[in-house]
Amino acid sequence: MAGKKIWAYRRENGRVGIRNYVAILPVDDISNAACEAVAKHIEGTIALPHAYGRLQFGEDLDLHFRTMIGTGSNPNVAACVVIGIEDGWTNKIVEGIAKTGKPVAGFSIEGQGDIATVAQASRKAKEFVQWATELQRTECDFSELYISVKCGESDTTTGLSSCPTVGNVIDKHCAIGGTASFGETTELTGAEHIVASKAANEAVRKNFMAVFEDYTKLVFDQKTNDLSESQPTKGNIAGGLTTIEEKALGNVEKLGKKTKFVGCLKPAEVPTEKGLWFMDTSSAAAEAVTLWAASGAVVHLFPTGQGNVIGNPIEPVIKLSGNPKTVKTMAEHIDVDVSPILQGEMTLDQAGDLLIDMIVRTANGRFTAAEALGHKEFVMTKLYRSA
Amino acid sequence: MIQFLVHDPKDDVGVAVVDIESGTKCSGRILANNKTISAEAIQAVPLGHKIALRDFAVGDTVTKYDCPIGKVVQPIKAGQHVHVHNLKTKRWA
Repeated sequence: MAGKKIWAYRRENGRVGIRNYVAILPVDDISNAACEAVAKHIEGTIALPHAYGRLQFGEDLDLHFRTMIGTGSNPNVAACVVIGIEDGWTNKIVEGIAKTGKPVAGFSIEGQGDIATVAQASRKAKEFVQWATELQRTECDFSELYISVKCGESDTTTGLSSCPTVGNVIDKHCAIGGTASFGETTELTGAEHIVASKAANEAVRKNFMAVFEDYTKLVFDQKTNDLSESQPTKGNIAGGLTTIEEKALGNVEKLGKKTKFVGCLKPAEVPTEKGLWFMDTSSAAAEAVTLWAASGAVVHLFPTGQGNVIGNPIEPVIKLSGNPKTVKTMAEHIDVDVSPILQGEMTLDQAGDLLIDMIVRTANGRFTAAEALGHKEFVMTKLYRSA
Repeated sequence: MIQFLVHDPKDDVGVAVVDIESGTKCSGRILANNKTISAEAIQAVPLGHKIALRDFAVGDTVTKYDCPIGKVVQPIKAGQHVHVHNLKTKRWA
């Protein structure tokens, strides 16, 4: 594992990306139309429309800016055009992304309308695309990848096969100095003691338990029943998972056997050192992966049992499944089949190596199933109602 | 070929790795110690669903991964299907 190489893009700040997007980023919901017009006009760009960005405040607004700036700053993004309704928040996001050293430009709509804004932004986007398409992949170390992990539409086979396969990769990746992150705060319910036992030190353990208890309180404050059919989902139940505790115990198999986690991140916060990090995220797939992409993760490992089909516009999502039915009925969505584990025909170590090989191929440019199928779910997390 | 897997020797449910028909004499494997174990299904248990490895009374705790996964709400006999009809969360109720 040590010394394993990938072909990737080394960005101005030294970070390693595996895709080369020119992103057209709306500051707010009402700038989506202009961003989509630019992306339609200029080949090789990608618009990231979303639902928020107006009248947010406090911690929720902080998260909005962190997600916007983080998304533009992700090493899979070569350059970024930002469009907002007005100058102030647009410039704040442009300045945040500019700290990476990558090309970024902002445009605002008020005072000139969509059409003039789209024209100006399109000229800049064309310039960025022609610059970005000349960038070359260079040899980088596998350990430079920041990997995020989260499962979805889990069933009992994820806890038996695909989640421990990811755990095997986490152990191998963190042992060579890699960076990784897990989350799904509510979906640790019933296994929180196992996560707590994997904290690198007492301060990290206390921090994790405080975040976990805070999210649990939110569930209890808002819930109207025992969350049956929400957690576990209908799909989880169809796959044999009965309770949140059972689901969580399978989930935490992704953390590996040996690795301790070094700290706790707020949603969309960037890790400050190497190693495994806990991030406080929703357990909904698109929301969580969007947060990791905004924290700088460049590739996501996604175990599924019943067949979640999620993708992300800037962070490739590699799917693996150990359910022998799903790998047949939903074959087009699965990148790595680890179902032979169930009959003892594949060891976790072999499965981990198979997944590492797929990470290398994906890093080198292979489209994941989700990329080939056009899955670009960009879903911002909103903490509460706007003012 | 095996019909079910058990995570830990202390677990009292197994997970079907094939669709198990009622009346099947099943062989399973315990992952933690690689020992074999047998059970007779007295109900159909679909792939991925749980088979009871002992009798349970209402109020009993079901153990999987050597951890509690919920409380029994309907009596369960060894070999029966364990799922939402007879097992509920202890956490969010």
